[in-house]
This record gives sequence, structure tokens and C-alpha cells, in this order.
Amino acid sequence: MLSFLLRRVLLLIPTFLGVSVVAFGFIRVLPGDPIELLAGERSISPERHAELMARYGFDLPLWDQYLKFLTNLASGDLGTSFVTRRPVLDEFLTLFPATLELGLCAIVFAVAVGLPAGVLAGVKRRSWFDQTLMTVSLTGYSMPIFWLGLLAIMVFSGWLGLTPVSGRISVMYYFDNVTGFMLIDSLLSGQEGAFRSAAAHLILPTVVLGTIPMAVIARQTRSAMLEVLGEDYVRTARAKGLPPARVIGLHALRNALIPVVTTIGLQVGVLLAGAILTETIFSWPGIGKWMVDSISRRDYSVVQGGLLLIAAIVMLVNLTVDLLYGLINPRVRRR
Amino acid sequence: MALLEINNLSVEFKTAHGAFRAVDGIDLAVEAGQVMAVVGESGSGKSVAMLALMGLLPWTATVSADSLTFDGWDMLALSPRARRRIIGKDLAMIFQEPMTSLNPCFTVGFQITESLKTHLGGTASERRARAVELLGLVGIPAPEKRLSAFPHQLSGGMNQRVMIAMAIACNPRLLIADEPTTALDVTIQAQILDLLLDLQKKTGMALVLITHDMAVVAETADAVSVQYAGQVVERDRVDSLFAAPRHPYTHALLKALPERATERHLPTIPGVVPGQFDRPKGCLFHPRCAFAGDLCRAEPPRLLADAQGRAARCHGPLDAAGQPTASRDLAERAAS
Ligand SMILES: Nc1ncnc2c1ncn2[C@@H]1O[C@H](COP(=O)(O)OP(=O)(O)OP(=O)(O)O)[C@@H](O)[C@H]1O
Ligand SMILES: [Mg+2]
Repeated sequence: MLSFLLRRVLLLIPTFLGVSVVAFGFIRVLPGDPIELLAGERSISPERHAELMARYGFDLPLWDQYLKFLTNLASGDLGTSFVTRRPVLDEFLTLFPATLELGLCAIVFAVAVGLPAGVLAGVKRRSWFDQTLMTVSLTGYSMPIFWLGLLAIMVFSGWLGLTPVSGRISVMYYFDNVTGFMLIDSLLSGQEGAFRSAAAHLILPTVVLGTIPMAVIARQTRSAMLEVLGEDYVRTARAKGLPPARVIGLHALRNALIPVVTTIGLQVGVLLAGAILTETIFSWPGIGKWMVDSISRRDYSVVQGGLLLIAAIVMLVNLTVDLLYGLINPRVRRR
Repeated sequence: MALLEINNLSVEFKTAHGAFRAVDGIDLAVEAGQVMAVVGESGSGKSVAMLALMGLLPWTATVSADSLTFDGWDMLALSPRARRRIIGKDLAMIFQEPMTSLNPCFTVGFQITESLKTHLGGTASERRARAVELLGLVGIPAPEKRLSAFPHQLSGGMNQRVMIAMAIACNPRLLIADEPTTALDVTIQAQILDLLLDLQKKTGMALVLITHDMAVVAETADAVSVQYAGQVVERDRVDSLFAAPRHPYTHALLKALPERATERHLPTIPGVVPGQFDRPKGCLFHPRCAFAGDLCRAEPPRLLADAQGRAARCHGPLDAAGQPTASRDLAERAAS
């Protein structure tokens, strides 16, 4: 087990290097000069421009810039935003809880709805429920997030006036940032209505961000269920006279979960990609919005550092899922 | 009344190409404590008939029968809930593929105690003790340790023993063993059969043994039912059937036994069991029958019993010398 873990961790190194190249290269292939954007409307003299380029090291050959990025990285330095002048890691850590809170809510929503729906559709194959679910999930899966987001805002915030449009909590409330999770902090603050407000702000972004993972999980669960229900051991479970709830909920589901857990793990990457759009639509102050803003400002160090951190999270989650896989699948465990 | 009574059982599957009758009016009666062999080639509906009794067929199957009674219960009329109180307890079944019939995600101990918990209750430690006892009974060494093993850690033979332990956990009155040894090594096959028969004698349960193997039938069974293309073609006690089979199909099956072969090569039966699309008119066996006449090609025979209760579905059952008794010619029959 330990050697398995070690091997998996070692395998992450080349992946990580590859990601660093992409993160480093991505912002640099975009047209636009960071110094000019920084200067904004005021034009900048060529001398001043050259001086700033040198200050931030943008005048060096790309190769040297990359090496410097890597060596700084090795000492734990992700660079400093040249817009806010704060260390990239600090900014990331300030904003990440907002994304984490949204992402967790979205994945909980996706699993809580997608998994039971998929099981039911698999068991009641070809029923109206199955066909409705498959149509809805296909629609949800193919709908662009920004479109879904705008639609949701129009219907639920605009017409029905049920949910707030943007931000994490109403401006009426102010309290200290303890955990970074608005749901928890609002409770801790003890202010009346704060939790309700935080929850209300979460609903639409959660649903919008969770829709694609939910659709994927529902479909994967359904097809895993269909496959498993035809297996001999399910027949054996029935032959034992077990009630259907136990045959399906224990004997079949336990096996169907094996591929589903992998799928759920893969959705984390999808979720982080979706967070970029969702946070922008709902003005959610998380790392997704941070990335978009930084890209449009050509904040080189923030973009490359931020992308790297996001990629590291995805890799870490996938590693965890792989280990979890061993826990739920006894056939992998004792190798 | 027999422990198990099946009269005129039919099973039809909905398929993409219309209905397919996999079981076509089967009768079977099994007395308490009896060993009944069901033989027949692949595709003759042996498994489907037994799965129908257990209520384990998929939704595409339609089951009909004049009677399907086990231990006095009308299995077709029972509610699913009432049926579940019987199957796995008084009526148990084991399957052909031991490696896939056990759930890979749960330990052997869990799967055995689960049966006990469902039907008999008791405390966790009682169930555990009984599981150890059962594993010992089916000849698994170090049963205590095996409780925590997963199916993939055991061999096929061991898994089949676990299946048997699970099936006899609640002392069933009838155990259906559907080709329990087909998937196993030849050396293991005999051990598993011996185990089954040994358990049958010890517990006095009835046993329906589904098999392809006439040699197994000869060694183990009291009575035998021979199936062909979803129908019973011959039914008899084992000794008299082996002494003088009456149906040409049984005759051919017996001739294919190595110890009965008279030539250097084992005789085989030409052709295959008819499937969904090639069911012939008349007797279903006539395209492969050495004695087929016009009558066989025109009219399906009925299953008729002689004075000794030996039943055969044939227009001219064979005599003790292996020759047809009655004319199979349509013209002659019309004349007489
Ligand atoms: N679920 C199903 N849907 C459609 N046809 C089926 C289904 N299950 C079985 N059949 C068909 O029913 C016929 C009888 O099958 P069955 O499994 O009972 O044969 P068998 O006598 O047990 O053969 P074997 O010795 O190979 O186990 C076969 O032609 C098979 O293709
Ligand atoms: Mg079979």
C-alpha cells in the first residue's frame, strides 16, 4: 500500500512539470502587453516601459523566465501580483474558501440528486422516469454554463424574485472571516438572517455549477446499475430471498459505485473549470473570478501561479479518489 | 402430494424478434428427500424452468403453469413478499458460475450470515458460529479464517462450496443445483458432487440436479427427467432408464457415454437443439432422430406414460432392444 502510494506520488512529478509549462505559457501566448495594461489610459514612455519590463523580468528570454519561475516555485514562492502587489499564494488562500464552499455545495448537490436518480432510472429502466431523467441530463450536460446561469438569474431572480443575483451575502451583514466559509461564518456571527442570506446566495450558483456533474453522475450511475443488475451475484442475492431494497441498495449499488466514484473524482476538474464561468456570472469572489480578472489584466504571475495551484488541487483530488477506489473495491485493495 | 409439483409450465421471452418459448409445457414432480436429475443439451430450458420456480427471471419473461406448487404453496399466486420468505430458506438454488455468483464486494462471512439474518434472525455471534459450522460442513479448511475472505481470494471450487454453504444455511427442503460443476476443473467436479450428495443424505433434503452429464445421473439420481428444446421428452427412474431408454434422444445420449461406446469414436448426435427460428413441425427431435418417419414430421407427439409410469414423448418409443415399437408412418397409422 505504501509503495503504491509512493509510486502514485512520484508519477505526479512529470504531470506537475507539464502543467507548469502550460500555466507559464498560457498567459504569454495571449496578445497584449502587461505593462501597457497596467498603465491603463495614461500612455507610458518607452524608457519607463523598458524599466518596468526589466523590473518584472519580462525582458529576459522566455527560457530564463521559466527557469526563474521554477526555481522560485521550488522555494515555495509563487510570485507577487503586480497589480495588487500581494503574494499570489496569499491571494489564493484568501479567495479559495469561497470557491471551495461553492464547489462542495455543487458536488454535494450533484451527488445527492444524480446518484439516487441514476439508481432509480437503472432499476426502472425505460419507465417515464428513466426517459425523463435521460433527456433532462442530456440537456443539462449540453447546456453552456453561462447560458444556464443567465437563464437561472432571469427566471429565479428576475421574474420570481426568489434569489439574490450576485455575491456571497447581502451587504447588510458584516462579520469577521473565521473559516472563510460564509455558511459557517454567518452562523458563528450570530446575526439574525445572516445564514439565510448566505444560503440564498449559494442556491443558484450551486445549481448552475452542479448541473453538469449531476448529469454525468446520473448517467454513469444508471449505466453502472444496468450492468450490475444483470450480474450473477445480484441473482444470487435475490435467490437468498432478500428484500429488493437490500438487493439493489446494497448488493447492486455497492458494485455500481466503483466506477461512479471515479467519475465523481473526475468531476472535480470539471467543477473547477465551471467555477470560472459560474463565479464570473454571479460575481462570486472566488479563484475562478480571480483568474478571469487576472487574465484580462495580464497579471502574469497570478495567472501562472493560480493555474498551477488549481492543477495541483485537481491532481490531489484524483489521487485521493484513486486511494478511495481501493477502499471500496476489495479486488484492488490487496495488491 | 409431492414436495415440488410442476404441471404444464411454460416460459416465454419477449425478444426483439417476437416471443420465444424457452420452456414449453414442462411437468416435474419431486418427492421429499428425492434426488431428481434434469438432463438435456444446452438451450433445452433447464435453467429457465428452475428460475421460473424461484421467481428469478427478468421482466421479459412470462411464466404460466397449471400448477407450480412447492411444499403446498402455489408459487405463482404468492405475493413477492411471501415468496421471499420461502426462497433462500426452504427452497434454495446454486448456480453454474461460482466465480461470478458471489458478490465481489462482500466477505464470505457477510454473505453467509446475511441469509441467516434474513430468515432465522438470532444474534450476531450465533450467526457467526453457524457460518463457521457451515463452512466446515462444506469442507472448507480453517473456516474461521475464511469468514473474512473475499470471493476473489478463493478458487472456483472453494467459491462453489461457499455457495453451497449459503444455500443450505437455513436447512432447505429442496436444493436446486444448476450445473454446479460445469465451470470447475474435472478433479474438483467429483468432489463437489460428492459433497452435494453427502449433504443431501445427511439433511434429507430433496435435490434437483441439473446436468449435461449422463454419467453423473447414473451415479447420483433416483429419477431423471430428460429435456429437449423446452419440453420433457422422457421421465423415468434412473435404473430403468439406463437399462432401456424409450426415447431416441435419451438413447443417443446414453450411447455417447464413454463406457457404453462400442466404437473407437464416441457417437455424437448430429445437429443442434432448435432455437427460436428453426423449430420444426411435428416432433421437435425428428430432424436429428435416426428413426423418424412421416408421422414424426407431421404431428407433435404427446408425453405418454406406460403401465410402469415410464413416460416418453415419442410416436414409437423404443423397446428394450432399442428398436421402435410402433409404426412411424403416417399412411400406416391412417390405415389402421
Ligand atoms: N433472458 C432471456 N431472454 C431470452 N431468451 C433467453 C433468456 N434466458 C434464456 N433464454 C433462452 O432460453 C433457452 C433456454 O435457456 P436455458 O438457460 O434454460 O438453457 P439450459 O438448458 O439451462 O442450457 P445450459 O445447459 O446451457 O445451461 C435458450 O435458448 C436461451 O437462449
Ligand atoms: Mg443452464
